Amino acid sequence: MLKVRLIPCLDVKDGRVVKGVKFVDLVDAGDPVEQARLYDAEGADELCFLDITASHEHRDTIYDVVAGTAEQCFMPLTVGGGVRTTDDVRKLLLAGADKVSINTAAVERPDFVTEAAGKFGRQCIVVAIDAKRVGGERFEVFTHGGRRATGIDAVGWAKRMAASGAGEILLTSMDRDGTRLGFDIELTRTIADAVRIPVIASGGAGTLDHLAEGVTEGHAAAVLAASIFHFGIHSIAEAKAAMKAAGIPVRDDQAR
Amino acid sequence: MTVVIIDYGSGNLRSAAKAFERAAAEAGCNGKIMVTSDPAGLRQASHIVLPGVGAFADCWQGLAALPDMLPALEEAVIRQAKPFLGICVGMQLMATTGHEHGVHDGLGWIAGEVVPIDPDEATLKIPHMGWNEIEIDESSHPVLADLPSGTHLYFVHGYHFTCANPENVLATVDYGGPITAVVGRDNLVGTQFHPEKSQGAGLRLIANFLGWRP
Repeated sequence: MLKVRLIPCLDVKDGRVVKGVKFVDLVDAGDPVEQARLYDAEGADELCFLDITASHEHRDTIYDVVAGTAEQCFMPLTVGGGVRTTDDVRKLLLAGADKVSINTAAVERPDFVTEAAGKFGRQCIVVAIDAKRVGGERFEVFTHGGRRATGIDAVGWAKRMAASGAGEILLTSMDRDGTRLGFDIELTRTIADAVRIPVIASGGAGTLDHLAEGVTEGHAAAVLAASIFHFGIHSIAEAKAAMKAAGIPVRDDQAR
Repeated sequence: MTVVIIDYGSGNLRSAAKAFERAAAEAGCNGKIMVTSDPAGLRQASHIVLPGVGAFADCWQGLAALPDMLPALEEAVIRQAKPFLGICVGMQLMATTGHEHGVHDGLGWIAGEVVPIDPDEATLKIPHMGWNEIEIDESSHPVLADLPSGTHLYFVHGYHFTCANPENVLATVDYGGPITAVVGRDNLVGTQFHPEKSQGAGLRLIANFLGWRP
């Protein structure tokens, strides 16, 4: 049976990990490749890098990070952050990414998703949706790290992106992101139930129970978390054990 | 040993090449891993790998567009019977026909068709994406050595290979019913999953393939 994926995410800025895992056995805790190797060895199901490099002149640093990781970690790797053109997608795939996540550029030009899926295959196009609650029941798409409202309804947007060629949706609750209060279950379930493509729950996981809830109550096909794995609070194995205890099918036999 | 990974513009092959290098090193094989779009490369090959991501039609067109590649493949794989591994869409291209983005001929090496996955259960997502367990019949193939039923491998596909001859199905995977996970006959083998993305189990399969003498 297909297993629910657990995906650790690393924020990378100027080629260095921001808020990384502080494990003693890491030679260089700021090195994304070292951290990726650790997650690989722990049995993460996929890896995600979010490039938050702000300055244009440092944008190319992510390609070296991706290439270094792909040479050493034989597992699926998704890279997002600042992807705006099919040339950006191509460069990340050539560096060794398996999937590329598109966020703001999809909102600015929805045809970009169709073009990228047509060129590289929909299996490698992830559409990242940052959603916020507005006026009680409604969820709205935000861009630019949650700062800019778009007026677009998140559920309709998810359906449109699925129809446009997205292979999966990375759904982040901007209300919960960084709060460690748990995923926005209602948001996750509403969108997961609305589309046939897989939905990855993101934003807010602060405990191992939260990860399980994203699946059991949020109906997500995968859960993504960053801070829960930082500073060695929880390991991938602990997270999988908790998910398994909640009745979720996980891959926990990967002896290395 | 010279492993030729055919580059016809379908995705990044560097990580695939690195996985083959790692598996070869771990298995103690001395050899060269070549990524090439030159059909002449197939003459030196001891093992041939056809990767593929995206849609059947695009991959077929990309492969067919390489000058002399199709006849060179036919010569090396069918007439000279060199060990061949197709991965994901590279595996699907071994079929008679593919039905993604229209109906297209495949290599026709393993009789069957590539059709959409259409599970009855509405809750099953398409594409089939993630780690799933393979099921293997009693007759174990050398390429699947030490990969028993229940081994997790990484899948990502919306279409699947329905084989005309059940004997060509070496392993299946359950996704709303059995789906072909590994095909093979004689010197040919193909995996729907990505061994190069399947951590230790994937590297083991690659090592098995490199050590295979069909």
